[in-house]
Amino acid sequence: MLEGTTSEIRERKALRVNPAKTCQPIGAMYAALGINGCMPHSHGSQGCCAYHRSQLTRHYKEPVVATTSSFTEGASVFGGMANLTTALDNIFTIYDPKMVAVHTTCLSEVIGDDIPMIIAKAKKDGKIPEDKIVIHTNTPSFVGSHVTGFSNQCASTIKYLSKSSGETKNVVNLFPGWVEPADMREIKRLAGAMGLDYILFPDTSDVLDSPQTGYYKMYPDGGTTLEQLEAMGDSFQTIAMGPLCSQAAAEQLEKQCNVPAKVIDLPIGLKATDAFIDALRVAGDVSVPEEIDKERGRLVDMISDMSQYFHQKKVALFGDPDHLISMTQFLVDVGMTPAIVVTGTPGKKFERRIHEICADTNPDVVALAFSDIHYLHQWIKQNPVDLLMGNTYGKFVARAEKNLPFIRFGFPILDRVGHRAFPTVGYAGALRLLEKITDAFFDLRDRNDSDENVELVL
Amino acid sequence: MVTTATPVKKMRKVAIYGKGGIGKSTTTQNTVAALTEMGKKVMVVGCDPKADSTRLLLGGLAQRSVLDTLREEGEDVELEDIRSPGFCESLCVESGGPEPGVGCAGRGIITSINMLEQLGAYDEEEQLDYVFYDVLGDVVCGGFAMPIREGKAEEIYIVCSGEMMAMYAANNICKGILKFAENGVVRLGGLICNSRNVDNEKEMIEEFARRLGTQMIHFVPRDNDVQRAEINRKTVIDWNPGVQQAEEYRTLAKAIDKNKLLVVPKPLSIEELESLLMEFGLFQ
Repeated sequence: MLEGTTSEIRERKALRVNPAKTCQPIGAMYAALGINGCMPHSHGSQGCCAYHRSQLTRHYKEPVVATTSSFTEGASVFGGMANLTTALDNIFTIYDPKMVAVHTTCLSEVIGDDIPMIIAKAKKDGKIPEDKIVIHTNTPSFVGSHVTGFSNQCASTIKYLSKSSGETKNVVNLFPGWVEPADMREIKRLAGAMGLDYILFPDTSDVLDSPQTGYYKMYPDGGTTLEQLEAMGDSFQTIAMGPLCSQAAAEQLEKQCNVPAKVIDLPIGLKATDAFIDALRVAGDVSVPEEIDKERGRLVDMISDMSQYFHQKKVALFGDPDHLISMTQFLVDVGMTPAIVVTGTPGKKFERRIHEICADTNPDVVALAFSDIHYLHQWIKQNPVDLLMGNTYGKFVARAEKNLPFIRFGFPILDRVGHRAFPTVGYAGALRLLEKITDAFFDLRDRNDSDENVELVL
Repeated sequence: MVTTATPVKKMRKVAIYGKGGIGKSTTTQNTVAALTEMGKKVMVVGCDPKADSTRLLLGGLAQRSVLDTLREEGEDVELEDIRSPGFCESLCVESGGPEPGVGCAGRGIITSINMLEQLGAYDEEEQLDYVFYDVLGDVVCGGFAMPIREGKAEEIYIVCSGEMMAMYAANNICKGILKFAENGVVRLGGLICNSRNVDNEKEMIEEFARRLGTQMIHFVPRDNDVQRAEINRKTVIDWNPGVQQAEEYRTLAKAIDKNKLLVVPKPLSIEELESLLMEFGLFQ
């Protein structure tokens, strides 16, 4: 499909080809699904909601529910107030969620619909039952990316719901960022093993990885509860993982309820997981249990066992900033050489971070925010790499570059299932990543080595 | 958060609306000049794609608009890039927008105001007494209503004259305010009559204001000194502080500064509006 891609790079200002990002609302929708009993609501035309639901369903392989204001020509001219009011009435009557999280779309943003005013009026007119909650966040896709939408939803949820009662509790807030349900489960396991009381927000485990029971539940058991969201204002600290996804929310809570925020990288790989475990250790004033020490030891053992295969292997990566920063650090830590790191999410900080991480091993690393997969493809035609890491869309690049090993990492993954079941965060997640990397290299050798060179033992 | 001993200065958030060409920008800038002369710290945000709301305060200096800056520099914008100091330490921002016939000016205003908030232009550290939004024409779409949404502006003054279309526009703007006042904090502070030398103008606007439930906060007489000052790219107070018109703007500024009458307006029906015009305009 991409066989026609040429190696000649031409400067492009406005055009993006195969972008490494998508719209804000999909992030808001995913974050809202991590709230217990919450219905995400897309305030715009039906197409936005349909696309985001289907893309989330394709990635998580679970039915994703969300409602829409179903804008038509009339709503575009007269504003979306009537549609949203009717929608809220219908949603509470028919689907009965505990809460509705409204996010905007490009169309409603251009019209300039005043969502808080519409919600207040709907409440006054009795369209919202007394014991139910409606919150909103603004997600114009002409700013930022799906990551921004996730971040906005998290910050807005706190703005609406978190309160401080004046009494600080011995609980730590954990903001996991945009990671898989399996990752959220792993973060909870690690925090539990450290002996901490915590609130995880958002929490999509047991929502988007619920077991097959034979019964359909529109609102599965998982998700951060409304009580927990309110109580987050009384926690003694927030550990926010991944600055782009979680920092805004942590800062909002700090501003609002005086809960100090500690922002760390997503705990993917050795160093970032160390930082996470250390943050938990300091927060809880506890020692790291032997169980976790041993997990780390097993990871370090595999790194040293296999280091000859990692050494100076060049890697091209694309995806979302928080993931890429931790992954680039991990690759450097195991001796590999990130050569080009691309995201579609704008922000100069990302480029600076990647350069800092690679300063000692590859000062020439190409780090680009607001770029695309097409650029990455052209670049690796000129500067061959040993491995490509990115979401599903990378497979077309790998196919065009014959024999380029490719590992699926990030969002969305539409053609594999492992991401649903196994974490990539924590020491266990790092072990799984190393398995994938070595598998990719070894499979290539087993396939291509001539008969006399095939190794039994690798 | 941390509480400090000194009480926080309450910033007054004012938006000026009115029919196109009625003299909103001129009145706003002259009033702001008078307020700054009184020692108030004021920021003016021009919400007009023509970007001419701060020309007199800046002495004709072309202020680079927020949207032009955003287009040329990308999203890493600093407050200093879009805000310039004008007459008497006033602070001037132009939202800017597209050329006539393309794009969406309303969205531009939303983007600009969001950007100012993000950059901390309204923060307590700025110690602002006033922010003035000078808004293009009628309330026509969500973008032009932006300054009166979500408590961004809390007081509205409508510039009008005794001409029918100006009053018609003022009445329409009151409908917009009513809609947002029902669920928000925005209130009408009064009508500013920018005289066009229409017969019985002062009495008519006073009566119009009374029926809307508000007041005519000041009657600004027509005076060519305003045009003379404009040619010199200055406000009247800046150009010649001694003339009578400068005194008029000082009176208006003081009236706004002291104003406590903030109401939810009661817009008139077309029939009522027409009968008011008949009463004052034709049968005298």
